[in-house]
Amino acid sequence: MATATAPATPHEAHAAHPPESFIRHYIFSLDHKMIGKQYYFVTLFMALVGGGLAMLVRAHLAAPERGLLDPGTYLAAATMHGTVMIFFFLTTILTGFFGNFLIPLMIGAGDMAFPFLNMLSFWTFVPSVLILLASFFVPGGPAGNGWTSYAPLSALPQASPGSGLGQTLWLVAILILMTSSLFGGLNFLTTIINMRARGLSMGRLPLTIWGIFFTAILALLSFPVLMAALVMLLLDRTAGTSFFVPAGVLIGGNVVPHSGGEALLWQHLFWFFGHPEVYILILGPMGIVSDIISTFSRKPIFGYTAMVLSMAAIGFLSFLVWGHHMFVSGMNPILGATFTISTMIIAIPSAIKTFNWLTTLWQGRIQFSTALLYAVAFVSLFVTGGLSGIFLAASPVDLYFHDTYFVVAHFHFVMASAALFAIFAGTYYWFPKIFGRMMNETLGKIHFVLTFIGIYGTFFPMHFLGTHGMSRRLYTPSTYPFLASVQPLDVFISASAFMLGAAQLIFVYNFFNSALRGPKAEPNPWHANTLEWTAESPPPHGNWPEPPVVYRWPYDYGVPGAADDYLPQTVPGSPALAGHAGRAGDGHGAGDGHAGGGS
Amino acid sequence: MASWSEAQDHRRAGVWTGILVLAILVAGVGSFVIAKYKWWLQPLASVQGRVIDQYFNWILLVTAIAFIATHLFLAAALMRYGARGGERASYWHEHLGAELTWTIVPGVAFIALGILGVFTWSKLYSAPPPNAQVVEVTGRQFFWYVRYPGADGRFARTDPKFVSQSNPLGLDPGDPAVKTNLVVLNELHMVNNRPIEVRVRSVDVIHSFFLPNFRVKQDAVPGRTIPIWFTPDKEGTYQIACAQLCGTGHYTMRGNVTVESQAAFDQWLQQQAAH
Repeated sequence: MATATAPATPHEAHAAHPPESFIRHYIFSLDHKMIGKQYYFVTLFMALVGGGLAMLVRAHLAAPERGLLDPGTYLAAATMHGTVMIFFFLTTILTGFFGNFLIPLMIGAGDMAFPFLNMLSFWTFVPSVLILLASFFVPGGPAGNGWTSYAPLSALPQASPGSGLGQTLWLVAILILMTSSLFGGLNFLTTIINMRARGLSMGRLPLTIWGIFFTAILALLSFPVLMAALVMLLLDRTAGTSFFVPAGVLIGGNVVPHSGGEALLWQHLFWFFGHPEVYILILGPMGIVSDIISTFSRKPIFGYTAMVLSMAAIGFLSFLVWGHHMFVSGMNPILGATFTISTMIIAIPSAIKTFNWLTTLWQGRIQFSTALLYAVAFVSLFVTGGLSGIFLAASPVDLYFHDTYFVVAHFHFVMASAALFAIFAGTYYWFPKIFGRMMNETLGKIHFVLTFIGIYGTFFPMHFLGTHGMSRRLYTPSTYPFLASVQPLDVFISASAFMLGAAQLIFVYNFFNSALRGPKAEPNPWHANTLEWTAESPPPHGNWPEPPVVYRWPYDYGVPGAADDYLPQTVPGSPALAGHAGRAGDGHGAGDGHAGGGS
Repeated sequence: MASWSEAQDHRRAGVWTGILVLAILVAGVGSFVIAKYKWWLQPLASVQGRVIDQYFNWILLVTAIAFIATHLFLAAALMRYGARGGERASYWHEHLGAELTWTIVPGVAFIALGILGVFTWSKLYSAPPPNAQVVEVTGRQFFWYVRYPGADGRFARTDPKFVSQSNPLGLDPGDPAVKTNLVVLNELHMVNNRPIEVRVRSVDVIHSFFLPNFRVKQDAVPGRTIPIWFTPDKEGTYQIACAQLCGTGHYTMRGNVTVESQAAFDQWLQQQAAH
């Protein structure tokens, strides 16, 4: 497609390219759009793996006494579901696909700053996927110690069937994945800082790019901490070191030959990464949702500056709250008070963002595309998940709720579902740009309604499993007499989960069918303002014949006096005076204080 | 694509989406009301738990208001502002007063909850009263061993090298206290209205000592002995659960708690020692 059918591209850097071979174009591509698509397909596959494991877990929990899975397989399925979904789907699709595909297009660049590094990040990601998948087939099966892999359970291969070779492969896979993510993060920051189009000051960046920008910073600061922890755990398992294993641990009646380690050290390192990771999964979605809500409300995003500052505040605070995962871990109780307050403070920027989305919709002229529906549902999920987080941030209440299904409900709302909905919103929104074809909106809306109801039906009742005191990762809840009464809830949850899972098949069908046979898309089907919509659909290698020049911020919708209800960032002049036909811009756009200095 | 032209009437879609959001709101609030009768917090049996439950109710009140208000706002916006014809949206995107309002109001609410939490927390973690009964609870895949010190109140030293079938905690036979120490499997007995200090430890991996009725949870971490205390105030039998994944048998790791009078407790202890 792209370069072959658009030989007239005068873009200097790419005009000299000889026609690309199949391998150069589809496999070892340097083009950020192709790399983005490669990421999308691999992570979509991983989502199906992770979702399939979830279905298995829910099938078991609908009738645990039937023993569909044995206890070891059950724990392995739950562990790998979490691992695949968090690391190999959500994290990777948000940076690998949205980051790669959108950054150059939304900032008006021809490609990433380091295209080769970009290709390398994808081809580093692939072996990590293969290693993780290989762990399903090794003796003892895959890791089964939860996605958090708490030491010393995960440090001692003899401690549990799920601590065998599968756990080692888990560590290696995540370590390689983190390396790949660092390549990507470095590339994103360099590209966003250095390669913005003329006139595109930081104060005019779309919020999607701001979200990815902060995500990349968080990743660069937190992933190395996890990588260090992974290496230490790997050494404990294979080289006889003892970072996480204290003296005198007995496994099967025998004392293990380790001494001098500290089990809580793993938790501190893991959650110092793990909490920012939650925001790695949510800052990008916050940006995506902001752009989509503004576009389809035909109204500027409310409180742009507050949106950027609150993302920055959330990112900064995310490094100060890891201890709220450890209120009952045995760390000094004084820290419990500290982490309660710091966690509560994160609720403030989150509330600001929520109200700004709601206000953006208010007095808009809302167009109910599937993308908008997903974006709006994101707000609902984010509110629900954020509010249940208040209970867990409160250390005294966490004494009861820690490691119960209340926690499972909370994080499935706020990071899993919300991030998933932003991914769907983004997919429906940018699909015309990715494939040059439109998705089927009717199928999209059916998919949306089933998914939205399915998500609430699956995760909302889990709060009540939690209030009833049901722990996570229980193979058979009814082992405890006080949990016998929750079985009807578990059946309801499983039924909702199956509906949710089945609805995703509609998406997969719509995605591939539309990519191959959907109606051709215009360059700007949604009448949006950001730069990617000024390129062809799909954009050729190099994206634009001439680099675009930016004259305004990306949210000029419904400007009074303008000819259309949208003013793309490339339209010069002051909107209140002239609209499309305005005089050539002075680079200070909308005249509303959003100008900022040029880059 | 024609459907995105300005002639499209989105009002009806807006009403349906608003109804969907309202349905979620009704289902959310309604299911909480049902859950309050069927699946709520485990019946309370400790003094400290009452403080925690009060705090829980405060949070529930604030979050319920926020949940209902935001969803009503969202549904109203969707139902009222669907696009129709060539109408334009209102053009505004900054309002300092509005932004300060929703920074300060939730800010005050959440920080107040946080401060209330710190005060509640400090009531739970303090030095145990001098009259507290002392027991030691040790997690070991997949059992809870409860050790009572005996009349002298001393726990014998432990060392993993002494561990055997008959000495699962590895009590040092050379320590004189070993004669009065009593180790019981999965049975924690405590005296009603008397504070109890539990020293939580583990000999292998991390477990979590969870007493849902007492609102007590403490990870049992190998290499550490972590003391917690609370006061049971309702006689009865309850459960100990393990709340931290500790291996494939995790789900079977449970024990019983009995809260009883001093006389009943003394009698039970004597019976155990006689075994």
